[in-house]
Amino acid sequence: MATIRVLSLILSVLSIITLLWTQSGECNNGRRIGDAVDTDFSGFSVPLEHSFEIDDVPRFRLRGALQFRGGRENGVYLAQNQLSEKDRNTMKDVAAVDGLYRIRVPRVSLQVDRQTERQSEGYITAFVRACSLVESHLSDVITLHTDVSGNVIGISIVTIPGSCRGIEVEDEVDLEVFNTTISVVAPVTAPVPETAPYIERMEQEMEKKGKNPQEQKSFFAKYWMYIVPLVLFLMMSGAQDQSGGGAGGGAGNGGGR
Amino acid sequence: MAWLVVRLAISLSLLYTASAVFEDQVGKFDWREQFIGKVRFALFDTHSQASKKLLVATDKNVFASLNSRTGDLFWRHVDKTGPEGHIDALLMYGQDAVVVVGNGRLLRSWETTVGGLKWEAVLDTGSFQAAALIGVQDFVKYVAVLKKSAISLHDLSSGSQIWVENLPDSDTVQYQTIYSGGNGLVFVLGFVPSSHIVIVEYKIEDGEIMKKKSVEAAWMSSLENSCAVISSGNLLCVDQITQSLYTLPLQSAEHTEMRQIHLQTLDLEVASGFQPVLTSTQPNPAQPPLAEFFLQLSPDHHILLQLKDDLIAPLRDFNPSYLAAFATSGEKTVAAVMTPKNDTVSHISKTLFLKKVFLCIYLYCNGLFFLLKACSINLFSADTGRRHLDTTIIYHMDPNGGKPNRLYVHAFLKKDDSVGYRVMVQTEDLTLTFLQQPGRVVWMREEALADVVTMEMVDLPLTGTQAELEGEFGKKADGLLPMVLKRLSSQFILLQAWMAHLWKLFYDARKPRSSVKNEVTIDTLSRDEFNLQKMMVMVTASGKLFGIDSKSGTVLWKQYLEDIQPNSIFKLIVQRTTAHFPHPPQCTLLIKDKDTGLGSLYVFNPIFGKKSHISVPALPRPVLQTLLLPVIDQDYAKVLLLIDDQYKVTAFPSTKNVLQQLQDTASSVFFYLVDSSQGKLSGFRLRMDLSTELIWEVVIPTEVQKIVAVKGKRANEHVHSQGRVMGDRSVLYKYLNPNLLAVITESTDMHQERSFVGIFLIDGVTGRIVHEAVQRKARGPVHFVHSENWLVYVYWNSKFRRNEFSVLELFEGAELYNSTVFSSLDRPHPPQVLQQSYIFPAPISTLEATLTEKGITSRHLLVGMPSGNILSLPKMFLDPRRPELISEQSREENLIPYAPEMPIRTEWFINYNQTVSRVRGIYTAPSGLESTCLVVVYGLDIYQTRVFPSKQFDVLKDDYDYILISSVLFGLFFATMISKRLAEVKLLNRAWR
Repeated sequence: MATIRVLSLILSVLSIITLLWTQSGECNNGRRIGDAVDTDFSGFSVPLEHSFEIDDVPRFRLRGALQFRGGRENGVYLAQNQLSEKDRNTMKDVAAVDGLYRIRVPRVSLQVDRQTERQSEGYITAFVRACSLVESHLSDVITLHTDVSGNVIGISIVTIPGSCRGIEVEDEVDLEVFNTTISVVAPVTAPVPETAPYIERMEQEMEKKGKNPQEQKSFFAKYWMYIVPLVLFLMMSGAQDQSGGGAGGGAGNGGGR
Repeated sequence: MAWLVVRLAISLSLLYTASAVFEDQVGKFDWREQFIGKVRFALFDTHSQASKKLLVATDKNVFASLNSRTGDLFWRHVDKTGPEGHIDALLMYGQDAVVVVGNGRLLRSWETTVGGLKWEAVLDTGSFQAAALIGVQDFVKYVAVLKKSAISLHDLSSGSQIWVENLPDSDTVQYQTIYSGGNGLVFVLGFVPSSHIVIVEYKIEDGEIMKKKSVEAAWMSSLENSCAVISSGNLLCVDQITQSLYTLPLQSAEHTEMRQIHLQTLDLEVASGFQPVLTSTQPNPAQPPLAEFFLQLSPDHHILLQLKDDLIAPLRDFNPSYLAAFATSGEKTVAAVMTPKNDTVSHISKTLFLKKVFLCIYLYCNGLFFLLKACSINLFSADTGRRHLDTTIIYHMDPNGGKPNRLYVHAFLKKDDSVGYRVMVQTEDLTLTFLQQPGRVVWMREEALADVVTMEMVDLPLTGTQAELEGEFGKKADGLLPMVLKRLSSQFILLQAWMAHLWKLFYDARKPRSSVKNEVTIDTLSRDEFNLQKMMVMVTASGKLFGIDSKSGTVLWKQYLEDIQPNSIFKLIVQRTTAHFPHPPQCTLLIKDKDTGLGSLYVFNPIFGKKSHISVPALPRPVLQTLLLPVIDQDYAKVLLLIDDQYKVTAFPSTKNVLQQLQDTASSVFFYLVDSSQGKLSGFRLRMDLSTELIWEVVIPTEVQKIVAVKGKRANEHVHSQGRVMGDRSVLYKYLNPNLLAVITESTDMHQERSFVGIFLIDGVTGRIVHEAVQRKARGPVHFVHSENWLVYVYWNSKFRRNEFSVLELFEGAELYNSTVFSSLDRPHPPQVLQQSYIFPAPISTLEATLTEKGITSRHLLVGMPSGNILSLPKMFLDPRRPELISEQSREENLIPYAPEMPIRTEWFINYNQTVSRVRGIYTAPSGLESTCLVVVYGLDIYQTRVFPSKQFDVLKDDYDYILISSVLFGLFFATMISKRLAEVKLLNRAWR
């Protein structure tokens, strides 16, 4: 029963994907995204979808395809279409009402040996304010985050600059092509307490001391010529004025708390 | 030379941060309360008349001795948590207390006067069933422990095992009870459900089975509560379905079935659905039990019965009665019965009126049909059922408390040989009340505080005069002259108050210091000059709320919430602080069932503990998330948003004003949800119509790692400095994102080489993963603090088997992207992340950071340890910029050179010898003084203190020499006056010359 359900789910996911692919074929008037996939056999590709609607109900359409080169980290390219006339106008309208521009990718694993189980159900989504995308002339930075075993866990999109100042974008050409920087980020390994370098440093320190006998001398051995006269002087003055010394000692005790 | 400088730098920095309590400061601004938990067993020491000992064993695995005159602890032993330290049985004979611990794992004997361990015996495995003292010829010599499949006998004085025997047919028969009447035999009683009872007879000397018989009992479902042995070896059982009592002499051979006595023949009936309970008493383990016993027929009906010549006769019927207990002193055995006071209301109320005692508190007791104000406890002679004269104790029930559920009686012989007694009553809300005649409360313990779940600290209200002054600003202006008059009048009131204060100071100064200490009561509560005294609102797992004065630890109010499920989750929210006079402060408690997620709100005033009459929204759907907005309604209450499982939002309070404001700000209200079972974090945005839309989603696959904790930053945290000044005088700006969430995960693979801890820093508005790190070869439990621009976490290094600290700090860099305002939507550049790790040479149970008013004071980390110490660790030691090699610039910055091991110095323990058992949480709150942070540590005990992370830079020392400084000042003043005069004279003289 469970397997049937999983199967049907996979089927439905697949059918949606094929539908999307066919859709993209229709509305694609720029570069053909299929080409890149055909030329690169070692990697695989994942659709990147976006949505920007006046009523803010997400309706995702294909934006491009993320192509991963197997085996190499950060080996990701984004092949994407130009925005059509209609899309450009919608984008400007959405920006005017401070709507959201959303993107999503399916949950996949980037590891080549897991390609069979790569398609798990569900998407990960992120958003940016449409106005900031328009004002930055479609220059965005998309980052895919993976976990330790290469599953994509999060996507983030920011525009540079990221602000919405209400600047009108007159030139239609500025909104045609995305200027996207894309990267894949894997988790960094957190540092552990660095005992070995510390011990090494200590040993070096000790060695240095051992080499330089001047350093090995104690504080007293080095400065006895200054300390002894000082002590003598203090003792002499103390003997002369017994009562003053006693009073001083009392004050010292009181203040020492 | 460089090494010397390094050492000097370290010692100087230590000198700077070193702070400890002086001997004369002990107890000056700190206090500790010790608790034991819910009492499961309580035994009075009846060994000698003058004994004050009360031995208790509790569900918190605590075994303690209380002083029955004061309620203070003589000694306390805190065992391991969980089933390993569970106390199964407590027996007492003479000076020895025998305890079975950990489901029959250990048998221990304690010396009761000082609490020293006399002996300990490790028992064979097997689940514990029963334990009993065994006497031979009027002398108790052994203790018998019954397990599921074996019985063992131990010597009481040495703990050595005398013999151990396997029980026959233990895989089918459930053995549950041991009985010995002091005649050299031990009976083990077991049964096969719905079939028969098995009685096995052992010889005490060598454990030989003397006899084994089985008796038909098809009705039997449990031995423990429905059966008892009475009167020289008669087994007595009660059954609800057949409405009968059954008796069987244990020793006689001829009886093969139990004699049935219908309850109808005694004119008795068991309440439907109630499992009747038999209570017998065996005053001396070396002698057979008494022939008298209690039979509980319904929750409020007990009857005292007697077995005599194979006949059962009722001695006295107690209807209604809540609790009944036997007690023995010397040769006399008495029965104490708690009855509602209303049954004798006719004549008692008259006497009450005559005595001008008027009880106006009516409450619903026991959930039944009694409107009750008090219960009375009476003493009856056990053998006749006659009431002892003048033995009534009146127990006034706390209107804010629960109903009584346990009664422990301490009987003693008076000088005239009559029986006197004291009782200890335990109520549902875990209050222990010790009473003596005629109803005087000797002491009281609030054991609910042994299990504090969450707490908040609320400022105390202003005094009347201060409030008057405040009120002046709150009101709308009505003309110039009235305002001037109002100002003058309020100033006059202030002057008057000040004079009164001075007079009081002068008056108090003449009195000896000890008598000045005035009691804190709820009426005299007012804020002190530096806001150091606050109200601690504590929520306990049993559903009782407490208001505690932070200065003295006095419980000022308490409120028991009935019908709280035992596995509820509590969230306490301060909606309105004390700052909005004349509106009272307001706290809201969200009570959520752990399984269903269904919740309810309880709104109350945190200063007086009174329930607020504000209408509370009904929450028909499970609550997933709560969100306290800075939006306030016209009554200055912050708006609380509750998100249900259909992502619909309920606002509380939901006035028109609030809804309007919410509509205006809806597009900037974001919230996040965590579903750790699917590893899903999702972000939502509020819509105008209070529905929500999903805007981001991050899915961390649960096959690899599972989310264990998500924490944001504290809303009341202030950061004074935007950046750090570096050695070369440039500034490194902090990445201060108030929406940042720290998500901690643990790997599902627990192999020590492959296990890891994941750290994700996620922006709660955009869902952007700001930083993602993996701590390899690490394992939980992870404790962490997320504050300012840093995250400190502790994990277990499974490779090196030690605890390690790691600190992450986030910086924007040398320039700020937008220095005026922070917006998660407009901060495109990722922050620079610095991280360093250290070894911490001690285990950790909880972690928290200090908090001060303006955030100027340097931060310390408060580390709660299983040993009960609280370590105040300077954040300076947890700084990822600590250099490996010391340089001129790092010295300029006061950075301590990196050392892999974190030092632990004993003067950093803020609670000196006042250890806190089982630390579960630390709460920090700012005070009115920037240097001072209030700290409350809770666990089994509660400890309150103040910490000064940067020392008391804004306070004069206690021993500050006022006389010296003022005399110097005056001296200088007069010297200038005189010299001025002299100079004038000299000038004049010179002019004349």
